[in-house]
Amino acid sequence: MPAVQETIDRVRSIDLDQYKYGFETTIEMEKSEKGISEDVIRYISAKKDEPEWMLAWRLDAYKRWQTMKEPEWARVSYDKVDYKDIYYYAAPKRPAAMSLDEIDPEILKTYEKLGIPLREVEVLEGIAPERRVAVDAVFDSVSVATTFKAELSKAGVIFMPISEAIREYPDLVKKYLGSVVPVTDNFFATLNSAVFSDGSFVYIPPGVRCPMELSTYFRINERDTGQFERTLIIADKGSYVSYLEGCTAPKRDDNQLHAAVVELVALDDAEIKYSTVQNWYPGDNEGRGGIYNFVTKRGDCRGVNSKISWTQVETGSAITWKYPSCILRGDNSRGEFYSIAVSNGMQQVDSGTKMIHLGKNTTSRIISKGISAGRSQNTYRGLVSAHRKAAGARNFTNCDSLLIGDQCGAHTVPYIESKNSSAQFEHEATTSKISEDQMFYCQSRGLSNEEATALIVNGFVRDVLQQLPMEFAVEAQKLISISLEGSVG
Amino acid sequence: MAEITPLRSPAETGLAKLFEATKMRYPTGVSIAREEAFRYFEAVGLPTRRVEAFKYTDLSSAFRDAAHPAEVPSAELAAAVVAGAQGFAGIEAVRLTFVNGHLIADQSDLGRIPAGVTVTPLTQALSEGHALLDQLTPVRQASENPIYQLNTAFLADGALIAVKAGAKVETPLHLRFIATVSEAFSTATRALVVLGEGAEVTVLESHEGPDGVAYQPNDALDVTVADNAAFRHVRLNAEGREAVALSTLSAKLGAQASIETVNLVVGAVLSRHQVYLNFAGADAKAIVNGASMLNGSQLADTTFLADHAATGGVSRELFKTVVDGAATGVFQGKIIVQQAAQQTDGKMMSACLILSDDGQMMNKPELEIFADDVACGHGATCGALDDDLLFYLMARGLPKAQAESLLVQAFLGEAVEAVSHEAAREALVAEIERWLAARG
Repeated sequence: MPAVQETIDRVRSIDLDQYKYGFETTIEMEKSEKGISEDVIRYISAKKDEPEWMLAWRLDAYKRWQTMKEPEWARVSYDKVDYKDIYYYAAPKRPAAMSLDEIDPEILKTYEKLGIPLREVEVLEGIAPERRVAVDAVFDSVSVATTFKAELSKAGVIFMPISEAIREYPDLVKKYLGSVVPVTDNFFATLNSAVFSDGSFVYIPPGVRCPMELSTYFRINERDTGQFERTLIIADKGSYVSYLEGCTAPKRDDNQLHAAVVELVALDDAEIKYSTVQNWYPGDNEGRGGIYNFVTKRGDCRGVNSKISWTQVETGSAITWKYPSCILRGDNSRGEFYSIAVSNGMQQVDSGTKMIHLGKNTTSRIISKGISAGRSQNTYRGLVSAHRKAAGARNFTNCDSLLIGDQCGAHTVPYIESKNSSAQFEHEATTSKISEDQMFYCQSRGLSNEEATALIVNGFVRDVLQQLPMEFAVEAQKLISISLEGSVG
Repeated sequence: MAEITPLRSPAETGLAKLFEATKMRYPTGVSIAREEAFRYFEAVGLPTRRVEAFKYTDLSSAFRDAAHPAEVPSAELAAAVVAGAQGFAGIEAVRLTFVNGHLIADQSDLGRIPAGVTVTPLTQALSEGHALLDQLTPVRQASENPIYQLNTAFLADGALIAVKAGAKVETPLHLRFIATVSEAFSTATRALVVLGEGAEVTVLESHEGPDGVAYQPNDALDVTVADNAAFRHVRLNAEGREAVALSTLSAKLGAQASIETVNLVVGAVLSRHQVYLNFAGADAKAIVNGASMLNGSQLADTTFLADHAATGGVSRELFKTVVDGAATGVFQGKIIVQQAAQQTDGKMMSACLILSDDGQMMNKPELEIFADDVACGHGATCGALDDDLLFYLMARGLPKAQAESLLVQAFLGEAVEAVSHEAAREALVAEIERWLAARG
């Protein structure tokens, strides 16, 4: 059945020409020379004042990257990036700020406009008392501010730009960097390993429940630059952390590359919740401009009873190539993936997840909703696999997609590989099956089918949405409330 | 990754030699582009797991060598083999018998072809340049497949079956393929069934052969179903335990045409059955089911593609796989709904029971949708027998083995139920029972 009017209106309200974050900040920037070479990598490494081992790691990655080919299996087509024609490093000229007052006022204004609170005081004074979020603000290639560092360190939590962590906690970084996404994992991850400039580093010590939300806000501003951030989150035994990521970029006619790597490690009984509201500039209605979002995100449930949960709300980017995954290594570990991907205009999304069951009694759940409108292509691509020793593994997958208009496409490419007889995998694609009991309950109280579905879906992702910063939550709420009436597998 | 220069495997080199050496022997005709087919195959080679469509079925390693095309058997040999043939043996049908991939006229019912049906041996059709040969390769996507192209290149025999418009054929036609060998060989056969408007016909297809010899059958069935016509098809793969069996069914459906096809797999160490459907006319209907029972080191691959090009198409696919021993089940399905194909209703389901520790199942149910007013769904499940159900049956006095058999039978039964020809359905059920009895 076709999409209902309400849905169509909602999707239109987040249409491309409504992109609110397309402004540009004029600021003096310092850039590496154009293109990629050993010299550029040495330059980045020197800028970050990195130890020798880090430079060697980068150079090794660069050497390997030169032998690799850009992957072509995804259902996206785009003009190939000229890797020689972009800046791999761009940072505001002002020296690194020690306090908020030293940050370039233009940058502060930028984040204000984006609705990202960089001033701790305001937050503490109770403007939004119940919503305290520590923010690491990354502007092109560098982190410009990290809030609540002192308060977090009281709890033993390390939250800082990764470039600082490389200097201050080399042992931790050495131990975990590249242990989830190996240097040669894929073309974009290898490129990132060679040239990554900044990103967040989080370490939660054993038994600590992180006292507040952590978040990183990525902003691409400078023309012709690529953003290559690297995030590493380690939750030690019995700890818990919830981490949010947001991203925006100015409106431009040319494409910009964003190739990030995110690595999560959860040790015994630890839990990591990772939420993304991805709102990179999607290009205009004719497909001009927009961000190429080629991201490698992977979590490793290394310990027993560990849990990693990915939540993503994807509305931006011209091209998305992104598969947040979980390696369920520890016995009884759990992986979750909740995704809502809305594509409009000429956007192309190829996204999904991988749940790799290695340990005993591991469980995973995948809920993916794709909504395509305009002339966009929206693909869900996912892998669920149970290895020989993954006795008692369980997976439930539900991926629905909805088309609005007859110029777009929705595609589903799931891989389900079971090598263990006691593994139970279920993959389905019908909305009515989410929870018939709940539907019946709602309907018997007078809600229409559509209202009931919206309510259930809303309740389902509510926990996550409530933890998003206000500005994100409003946006995401709007998306979630899009009814899934008329969706197809 | 650095550029990899393709190296030819011994089998690929062997096939090239065989093609050059034997192509003059094959029946030729204007409509069959052997040379192009082989050039296509040569360019892509035997697919390895790096080729997405063969991700779970490594043909490159399955074909160590290229086996020689089988010779025409002697009349005595053919008669002896046919006497022992089992596939659909008890069913009243008009039989076309192929021994080692060659049509044996003496052992076929060419003399009692039902009214409204004409059967022409493919060799004859090719040399005559039969008018209906332009109906070969009814689905474009099949010609992008190396298995199908290999069949075209080496095509040695087959049959052209035309059913007149409006003819409702009661007696089923039975295409009986029997292999008898002492050393490995290959066969390449093709049947073309052309149904006129409003025609109806049932085709039974059985494949059997000896255990212990790694022969390589490659058979194809091309079907064009005109408007309002109905094609029913039941296929039994009971090839020998060492056979590497490749098969392709491609069918084009006219307006309000229908197809019902059920494939049961018990034989072959490696089998791949490909189904290509093209919904060319509006409101066409398809039921495509499959049941595979695997043990030992068997691998059975079912690859399915439905291309909905017209409005209102309905397709129902149900594939059931039971895996025992160290066997592997593979299901790859893809429903394409083109922009024009509004109101398509497609449902694709793959379910697997794994009975042993070493069994495995690979599922890849894909959807590719360009129309906004459709209902398409797919499902895939995989798991062991339900302990609660087993307990229930055992609590009522059934021994464990019997309880398991009952559950497996019920599980597979759902896929076989769709066969409308009663005797053929019973034959498939008997095949399932035989497999379960042997499991013990």
